Amino acid sequence: MSALTLSASPAHAGAPPAAEKPAAANEVSTPARPEKPQREPLRPKLRAAAKRVIPPVMGVALMLGIWAIVAMKASGIPSPLQTWDAAVTLFADPFYRNGPNDQGIGWNVLSSLQRVGIGFGFAALIGIPAGFLLGRFTFLTNMFDPIISLLRPVSPLAWLPIGLLVFQKADPAATWTIFICSIWPMILNTAQGVQRVPQDYMNVARVLNLSEWKIITKILFPAVLPYMLTGIRLSIGTAWLVIVAAEMLTGGVGIGFWVWDEWNNLKVEHIVIAIFVIGIVGLLLEQALLLLAKRFSYGNN
Amino acid sequence: MSKPMVIVENVGMAFDTKSGRFTALRDIDLQIAEGEFVSLIGHSGCGKSTLLNLIAGLTLPTSGNVICAGREVAGPGPERAVVFQNHSLLPWLTCFENVYLGVERVFGSRERNGKLKLRTEAALEMVHMDHAMHKYPHEISGGMKQRVGIARAFAMEPKVLLMDEPFGALDALTRASLQDELIGVMGKTGATVVMVTHDVDEAVLLSDRVVMMTNGPAATIGEILDVKLAKPRNRLELAHDAQFVDCRAAILEFLYQKQMKKAA
Repeated sequence: MSALTLSASPAHAGAPPAAEKPAAANEVSTPARPEKPQREPLRPKLRAAAKRVIPPVMGVALMLGIWAIVAMKASGIPSPLQTWDAAVTLFADPFYRNGPNDQGIGWNVLSSLQRVGIGFGFAALIGIPAGFLLGRFTFLTNMFDPIISLLRPVSPLAWLPIGLLVFQKADPAATWTIFICSIWPMILNTAQGVQRVPQDYMNVARVLNLSEWKIITKILFPAVLPYMLTGIRLSIGTAWLVIVAAEMLTGGVGIGFWVWDEWNNLKVEHIVIAIFVIGIVGLLLEQALLLLAKRFSYGNN
Repeated sequence: MSKPMVIVENVGMAFDTKSGRFTALRDIDLQIAEGEFVSLIGHSGCGKSTLLNLIAGLTLPTSGNVICAGREVAGPGPERAVVFQNHSLLPWLTCFENVYLGVERVFGSRERNGKLKLRTEAALEMVHMDHAMHKYPHEISGGMKQRVGIARAFAMEPKVLLMDEPFGALDALTRASLQDELIGVMGKTGATVVMVTHDVDEAVLLSDRVVMMTNGPAATIGEILDVKLAKPRNRLELAHDAQFVDCRAAILEFLYQKQMKKAA
């Protein structure tokens, strides 16, 4: 064990005679033998890694610096350090429950995610088949195009009162806004995907005389899948934007409500933490879906 | 000549475009015997691919009839398999699955899965692609993709094999090796083939007859050349063969003197 640590230290110093010293280590493990050629390309590798790491680190440092200066000048804005301390205590117990309006941040994030999940799920359930139909039949495209064009630019929050009216409850109304904002990208991207299925593939289907079921499962669905996943990614992105605003209006448990509640409690550092939490969750959702999309891109687009 | 497998009777094809009716083909009469290899050659835009699509049933003629094996062509079908120029393999299926899709469609109702698998494997073996059976199309080269495309068509045991510039997108060396491959497969199966090409050597090397088409619009058959070279053919021996050279010259003369393009 000690021989290993000993042989590692001269390697770090970069001394040329290091190749002679760890002779004992060579006897133990054969893969240590090609040490010389391995160390040579290490330096360009390190440089490439530094090139990748340094700019983001500098960016974060710059942001923290500006934040610290603003916190010093403006009263009420917590400094990065204060925020960090608050975050440590906050995340020490993210899942506590002291009544309906005082729950840990973990519960708040989870209930927001649940609303997004349900609203988005219904949107997918309706939007994807609708997209297939709209893509396949030009009559339907022409029929629904004016409606979608009219409704799509409307902020989903404008639909919140309708949701409140129909469901008579805050919680499903928030989910309803998620449904509304998720459904448009889903319909439009799926329809576009169906319209863009290469004619070559459809010719193959025609020459092979495939059954309608085979055409859907073997040709249409896989061809449309990348477009569908783009629609899903856009939907989830907007849904995560909208849920914060919707929950601020409806109340209950949720990250948006939590932000508003902490504003009422004047715990500004918690608001800053919430901003980071919302950002990180959004980033994770996006990355997960990008990964999924990569899996189904078939290496040709 | 044995009984004709394909009969093209007085066929014309017109498309409705924005600037009015466009006549692509007119007065096409052609009979193709069973086991015959026919090439369609002509300048680009002469409608040779349109004629192939008419035989495939992918488009229907505006006048006249196409008859295949005694039945009028009313749409595409696996008994007239097509090898597309750009291979048209489905990128989400492996080579095996791409071929299997056709095999299952044609023989699935009569044969067990094991037999279907054997057929698929045999077809891929025939074009020497059995080593890459379980690779996806994006993992293999353009020439290999086209081999799989040919395997898919042959595996369906079509009455007629239709090839739309099958080697057009390949480099010269790959094209030559695939042509040799095709000669080998033809020798084994004795299939009836119609091939669209713009390569004079390819047409002479592979065909029993070369159908030369006049320039469009309103293109039709200009001349038909019989290639009476013995089979199987060998490209190295043919290079200095007087008959081969004569056939080549006849086609070149047709294309570059009688049907010279006004503006290339």
